[in-house]
Amino acid sequence: MASVPAPFPRPRPIDAYRAAYEHQVLLYLRNWRGSVFGNFAQPVLFLLAMGVGLGSYVDRGGTNATDGVPYLQFLAPALLVSTVMQGAAAEGTFPVLSGFHWVKRYHAMYATPLTARAIAFGQLAWTITHTLLVAVIFALMICLFGAAATPGIVWSVPIGVLTGIAFSAPISAFMTTQRDTNAWNNIWRFGITPLFLFSGTFFPIDRLPELIRPLAWVLPLWHGVDLARALALGTAGQAPLLHAAHLVILLAMAGVGVWAMFVRFRRRLDG
Amino acid sequence: MPGTTAPPTAPLITARGLTKRFGSFTAVDAIDFEVAPGESFGFLGPNGAGKTSTMRMIGCVSPLSAGEIRILGLDPARDGPAIRSRLGVVPQEDTLDTDLSVRDNLVIYGRYFGLSRAESARRADDLLEFAQLSERAKDKVDPLSGGMKRRLTIARALINEPSIMLLDEPTTGLDPQARHLLWERLYRLKQRGVTLVLTTHYMDEAEQLCDRLVVMDKARIVAEGSPLELIERYSSREVTELRFPVGVQETLGDRLDGIGDRIDRLPDRVLVYSDDGEAVSAAVRARGLLPQTVLVRRSSLEDVFLRLTGRALVD
Ligand SMILES: Nc1ncnc2c1ncn2[C@@H]1O[C@H](COP(=O)(O)OP(=O)(O)OP(=O)(O)O)[C@@H](O)[C@H]1O
Ligand SMILES: [Mg+2]
Repeated sequence: MASVPAPFPRPRPIDAYRAAYEHQVLLYLRNWRGSVFGNFAQPVLFLLAMGVGLGSYVDRGGTNATDGVPYLQFLAPALLVSTVMQGAAAEGTFPVLSGFHWVKRYHAMYATPLTARAIAFGQLAWTITHTLLVAVIFALMICLFGAAATPGIVWSVPIGVLTGIAFSAPISAFMTTQRDTNAWNNIWRFGITPLFLFSGTFFPIDRLPELIRPLAWVLPLWHGVDLARALALGTAGQAPLLHAAHLVILLAMAGVGVWAMFVRFRRRLDG
Repeated sequence: MPGTTAPPTAPLITARGLTKRFGSFTAVDAIDFEVAPGESFGFLGPNGAGKTSTMRMIGCVSPLSAGEIRILGLDPARDGPAIRSRLGVVPQEDTLDTDLSVRDNLVIYGRYFGLSRAESARRADDLLEFAQLSERAKDKVDPLSGGMKRRLTIARALINEPSIMLLDEPTTGLDPQARHLLWERLYRLKQRGVTLVLTTHYMDEAEQLCDRLVVMDKARIVAEGSPLELIERYSSREVTELRFPVGVQETLGDRLDGIGDRIDRLPDRVLVYSDDGEAVSAAVRARGLLPQTVLVRRSSLEDVFLRLTGRALVD
């Protein structure tokens, strides 16, 4: 069929992508007070309790188990990545359920020139923005606590964001199939929380029972934690292949997740 | 329409064999219709008739299962975003952003259509005026009444100065006063030349707002015309409603036969269609029948629907 010339100016895709992102930013600007305190409080509490408290105890046994640095410095980059991952995971959950189901924000957006892809992009771009903000605050707190072993701690920020997306995007894709948080609660309880505890954040995974160690390879958190820690402690050069593998796996998981999210948003909106 | 290359009488919307299936269930079954520029066109039908499914296909948010549709000369499968840029959509269920203020809802919506922030804000303020919501501009959406939310949704749909408004049950669930206010606002839009496509299961709404309508039942179109044409074709000028004391209606047998043009027996009353309702009630009395109440009224779309489907429209 010959293409019919549009009798009116066509919407520009760039406007759609920007507007979808802008909506998410606006939501934050109107409601940020509730969350920003937590963004500062959480790293302070964790670093105090785990790093300073637990650390003074762990360090009495020497630093062999912690790559030769104080426990606080061993913990800090990993804690950043883990915390940022949890925030990103939540960001991929409730806003998505709300967008499709509670507030129906995405459906309102889809009645305009916005495409499903622009809507998914807006959500994702905002998750990246917010995750970046949380990571930067966390990194600042680490520096204030003297918990940075080397300037390599700055790498924890992009690694944290990448790990966050590797979680958040596939979770968002999954949440498009849900009408309530039941399945999600189980994922959090039996997935995210154990992951937080067993992905090498608090102790190296070679202390895990042999049987569950392969799990760390499959789930992306350990890759982010181990990579961020190696860069922060300046030890990445000791096992370049392993750390390159971490990065590739994280990128692959994020890439597949984002693709799945785009596909699923489209399916769900084209009801 | 300014800037349109097609001649002004070319239909804005043309549908042929329009079909929507969900699995093996057919929600819209090969319907045909056209909507002309400036027209108010209605889909009238009971719950589950397929009105919303049809509106969503027109709104380019629901791919067709079969058939063809052109909106503003374009095919939604290819040009969804371009078509949607010219539509104003009022969905059956509100989709207002409850985490934002009334005014923010409008301004951000304008941004979706590529308006600058300043232009969007200017239009938002005008539309708040139009929707009589200026005082509530800074409030959150949730505390608004149902009628206010509906007005806000209509205002939001107008931010891009649409060529076509799609209104899915714009007044369902509102009290009479709120409905009349909404009708009045929609009437103004119509006078400005905006094409309205709406669904309703209220007769009075269809009669008030629609130049032309189709009656939908069970996924199909069963009749089409202006409200007046439909009444003339499928009903009579007047209807006499007879209510008998409990138990009496069943004992009437053939004693009403021959009165009026046609008779419908509902569980609670008998409807007699004729050109002269008073003559009917006189004839009933002349046969010695004593209804408890007799009501002579003008025929409405309700009667058309009853005639076409054998069922009352709102149950
Ligand atoms: N996404 C869906 N999946 C499966 N069935 C659907 C879906 N949407 C609608 N239906 C079914 O299609 C039929 C027509 O629904 P539709 O919403 O179009 O009716 P309607 O005329 O708008 O009714 P109402 O007056 O109740 O709004 C109904 O039987 C409904 O259950
Ligand atoms: Mg409906």
